[in-house]
Amino acid sequence: MDTGTLIKMLWEGLLQTMYMTLAGTFVAYIIGLPIGVSLIVTSSNGIKPIPIYNKIVGFIVNVVRSVPFLILMIALMPYIRKVIGTGIGTGATTAALIVAAAPFVARMVEQSLLEVDPGVVEAAQAMGASNMQIIRKVLIAESVPSLLNGGAVATITILGYSAMAGAIGGGGLGSIAIRYGLHRFQPAIMWITVVVLVILVQLMQEIGIKIATKLDNRIN
Amino acid sequence: MSDHIISLQGVSKEFDTKNGKITALKDIDLDINHGDSYGIIGLSGAGKSTLVRTINLLEHPTEGKVLFDGKILTGLKNNDLNLSRRKISMIFQQFNLLMQRDAIGNICFPLEIAGYPKEEAIKKAKELLKVVNLEDRANSYPSQLSGGQKQRVAIARALASDPEVILCDEATSALDPKTTRSILALLKKINEERGITLVVITHEMEVIKQICKKVAVIENGQIVERGDVQEIFTYPKTQAARKLFFPVGENKEVFASGKTSTRHRLRLVFDGRSAYEPIISEMIMELQAPVNFLYADMDVIGDQQKGQMVICLADDPQKAEQQKEFLRKAEVDFTEIIEEGEGA
Ligand SMILES: Nc1ncnc2c1ncn2[C@@H]1O[C@H](COP(=O)(O)OP(=O)(O)O)[C@@H](O)[C@H]1O
Ligand SMILES: [Mg+2]
Repeated sequence: MDTGTLIKMLWEGLLQTMYMTLAGTFVAYIIGLPIGVSLIVTSSNGIKPIPIYNKIVGFIVNVVRSVPFLILMIALMPYIRKVIGTGIGTGATTAALIVAAAPFVARMVEQSLLEVDPGVVEAAQAMGASNMQIIRKVLIAESVPSLLNGGAVATITILGYSAMAGAIGGGGLGSIAIRYGLHRFQPAIMWITVVVLVILVQLMQEIGIKIATKLDNRIN
Repeated sequence: MSDHIISLQGVSKEFDTKNGKITALKDIDLDINHGDSYGIIGLSGAGKSTLVRTINLLEHPTEGKVLFDGKILTGLKNNDLNLSRRKISMIFQQFNLLMQRDAIGNICFPLEIAGYPKEEAIKKAKELLKVVNLEDRANSYPSQLSGGQKQRVAIARALASDPEVILCDEATSALDPKTTRSILALLKKINEERGITLVVITHEMEVIKQICKKVAVIENGQIVERGDVQEIFTYPKTQAARKLFFPVGENKEVFASGKTSTRHRLRLVFDGRSAYEPIISEMIMELQAPVNFLYADMDVIGDQQKGQMVICLADDPQKAEQQKEFLRKAEVDFTEIIEEGEGA
């Protein structure tokens, strides 16, 4: 393979990986963030305790989280095929990533919101804030730095999932690594993808921490 | 307008815990007038916080009614309750400021909640920063402020919604004595100049002495004594009140000295203008029996000077009786110090 083709292939793999990771993370947050918030709000010392909801949703989240990603993806394949027409490639992988990552994101969000001092929530209640105002202006606003840190961790985790998906025809850098490293015995290409993945992870981590620290007014 | 700004009627509160029910408040009746500066004092665990938190229904009473300016709060729908809560501000021991907002942002918070236009809110917040003497720290975050400054921001935030009442739950307990005095002075000024009712929860007598006109003593979830601070200071009726009014710090010594002897100890209270030393020296001379001075102190309560003194009477019970008779004749206010367990 000449260098031009190699670079083109890696570039496309990189784009696919980025697409799956970012789109997957984005949608996982759209689903996971409200779930995470709802778990905090409905917990026994939350602002609106609803024990039954909390137990059921907490249980579902735990179940999905405890299934290893590859197994979850294989299990989901028939359903994904029914919905989007194919069980392999970036589209199918992204769909699986969302299902796997949303509960993970929910727990990350829950952890971040747990850091908010209950005293501050109470102060807002004493001022006559509605639950919606408390969620927006206290719980979420106060944990923005922590949510961003969590966002970086979630993105990196989802990147890892997307690479794993390569093993079962998921597309992206993961597929390239498997194809060339395992099936065609070209370890050099595999190592290049590994390096690219490492750089991606480092970048996301650094960017996440930088922004989070910059926005955090607790440490000055 | 109702007679009482706050009225608790037969309020009880039980907590269900793993170890069974805890009764934090038992059948509390409490009326607080407009413009009062009302202290609620008791030892740790007495139920003070629970009591003050029932006033704005952060804690829902198991039984009884809470009225705010004649309106029954217990049983109100969330929206209506939230409207009333805007007129009852609260400040806390741990300040409870939003860590991600600067001073101005914190003060704007209650105004945002009430739907104030942003510019008006900022204008008002700036004025309030002046009231609490912090105009130069408008853009400081709580992490950049000292405890006293944080409490000033919290007070400005409490004032933002033009409240009728400010509830203070151990508002100075995390502060050093000097800062405590300045925060109390600020609260007193707010009470006097703006007519805002203060409800002051504390375990420290000093706080009551400095800013309260009325006080209720709470013990085991019940109000055991209440009235004017001056009155209770001079004639504490219950053991709980006596204990709280006895000299702080020296308390241990005063009590310890009694544990090892059976001698009588008396607490004398006098107003700042009269001096009791001459009377006591006269008593010693006349009866030819010694007394021991255990403690003497001058206090300013509200705007009056009060002195208190703890003395130990003669060992001989007969002499001690004569000494008491002497003091009674001389019209000295005194109370006997009775050990815990001997009854009040
Ligand atoms: N949320 C709660 N759950 C269970 N017990 C509580 C709760 N809040 C207070 N208590 C109990 O109620 C009693 C009074 O507490 P509190 O009002 O905080 O006292 P204080 O403020 O006078 O120290 C204590 O025995 C305390 O343990
Ligand atoms: Mg307390």
